[in-house]
Amino acid sequence: MLPEAVSISLPGQPAPVGSAEADAVERPLSLMEKLYNIGALRKALVLLALAGVWQAYALHLGNPLLFPSFTETLAALVDGVRSGVLPQRALASIEVLLLGYAGGIVLAALGTALAIGSRIGNDVLETLTAMFNPLPAIALLPLALLWFGLGQGSLIFVLVHSVLWPVALSTHSGFKGVSNTLRMVGRNYGLSGLRYVTAILIPAAFPSILAGLKNGWAFAWRTLIAAELVFGVSSGAGGLGWFIYENKNQLEIPAVFSGLLTVILIGLAVENLVFRTLEARTVHRWGMHA
Amino acid sequence: MSEPLLDVRNVTLRYKTRERLVTATHQVSFQVHAGDRFILLGPSGCGKSTLLKAVGGYLKPAAGQIRLHGSPIAAPGPDRMMVFQEFDQLLPWKTVRENVVFALEASGRLKGRAADEKARHYIDKVGLTRFADSHPHTLSGGMKQRVAIARGMAMEPDILLMDEPFAALDALTRQQMQDELLRLWEDTRFTVLFVTHSISEAIRLGNRILLLSAHPGQVRELLESDGIDRPDAHGELLSARIHRQLFAADAPSHPAAEEARHVA
Repeated sequence: MLPEAVSISLPGQPAPVGSAEADAVERPLSLMEKLYNIGALRKALVLLALAGVWQAYALHLGNPLLFPSFTETLAALVDGVRSGVLPQRALASIEVLLLGYAGGIVLAALGTALAIGSRIGNDVLETLTAMFNPLPAIALLPLALLWFGLGQGSLIFVLVHSVLWPVALSTHSGFKGVSNTLRMVGRNYGLSGLRYVTAILIPAAFPSILAGLKNGWAFAWRTLIAAELVFGVSSGAGGLGWFIYENKNQLEIPAVFSGLLTVILIGLAVENLVFRTLEARTVHRWGMHA
Repeated sequence: MSEPLLDVRNVTLRYKTRERLVTATHQVSFQVHAGDRFILLGPSGCGKSTLLKAVGGYLKPAAGQIRLHGSPIAAPGPDRMMVFQEFDQLLPWKTVRENVVFALEASGRLKGRAADEKARHYIDKVGLTRFADSHPHTLSGGMKQRVAIARGMAMEPDILLMDEPFAALDALTRQQMQDELLRLWEDTRFTVLFVTHSISEAIRLGNRILLLSAHPGQVRELLESDGIDRPDAHGELLSARIHRQLFAADAPSHPAAEEARHVA
């Protein structure tokens, strides 16, 4: 049946062979098409358009106290960088952040180690992550202030909380998801204990671990800025959140915007430079997409 | 005959699922000698893979004993290298060469230069020299299985344990791999214990074929093969005899359908 139907329909079709289109099996893309294929370029265009809309709206509004223009914000940013205030605040934020991030990761590693080591440890970690993962870290800030006072201690406490649970959750599920075949291969080599974990389990679970680290970073960054906004200055050097809050009180609205822009820029930089590179070097190269 | 390399004696294997305790094999005995291409053949549920895992040391017999060179098997080890059916048996974060080298180094067989040279040698043997620095995800299924075989052979184990290594390959690649395995065997005469549910594969690859019945796995018969499906003294083809042994008693209704399923 089928061959007949095909042969009947053939004469009705335009002859594909020998026609002009059929000759061009391959042709180079035009310059525009090539440019359009560059993701970074497309995104830059989007950013440019957004800046344009921002500028137009701010000029139309004409109220720099409520909504400064893009150029005013840029000027404030340059000022802030030149005077050294903005970099100093950013560094203060990043320093606290790294401390909290590292603490969270170490605790997550310990928790996951206990969880893969025993069944009860597994239950404990699963229950704890189920309880605390949905709890916004910022909600613990009042308690943290009570326990650790005004200072880095409180910030680090909420940061650890914001990093620990998402990282533990995805690391643990990553370990649990390691295929039985790979586990058997590892044991076939005679690996056991710590060598088995570091040589087989961790790399095999790496896509999930990396996803957890990324999540943890995003949570930590948000939590930190929010916490700084709430209780501001700590041990003499405030962070970016405090910079924003301070400038709002002084009605330096372009500086507020420049502070926000810095928060965004740092977030983007870490996401694109650190995590993208890490992903390209590991998970993508290995063909292990989480 | 000389002392067997692998001696499986009255082995009963049980494993637990969530709901029940399953008896995979009941009182199975066989001996594998050095240089054997020993096939465990049977329908699904005959416990052939479980038996292989027990030889691998992943599971302890509920009764009976498995001895390698006279000493009982206690745990997995590099003297019994497994080749699995699954394509994900290679470490995806290592290249082909690194996979083989890592096996040699992690097990403490060889170090550094020596491991590297051994790896190159066996990768060359399976014809993947050009892909030595590729990561596994860029390889086809057949190539991945070749790497797994190269890795297994490079370890120069006492016995190579192969768990339906070609079952997930397309028919053409499968035949190619069978030829290649035979060629490799001609080359080095390693000992292999090979699990399959394909009668034709068993006849082609094995010199001795152990037939197992299902639920629980029990030994039906031990046959010899020279790689060709010949008729015996009564004019019955080897494949027909295997088929009769495996399915005559418990699956009389649709022999043709069974044949298609198990031989394909």
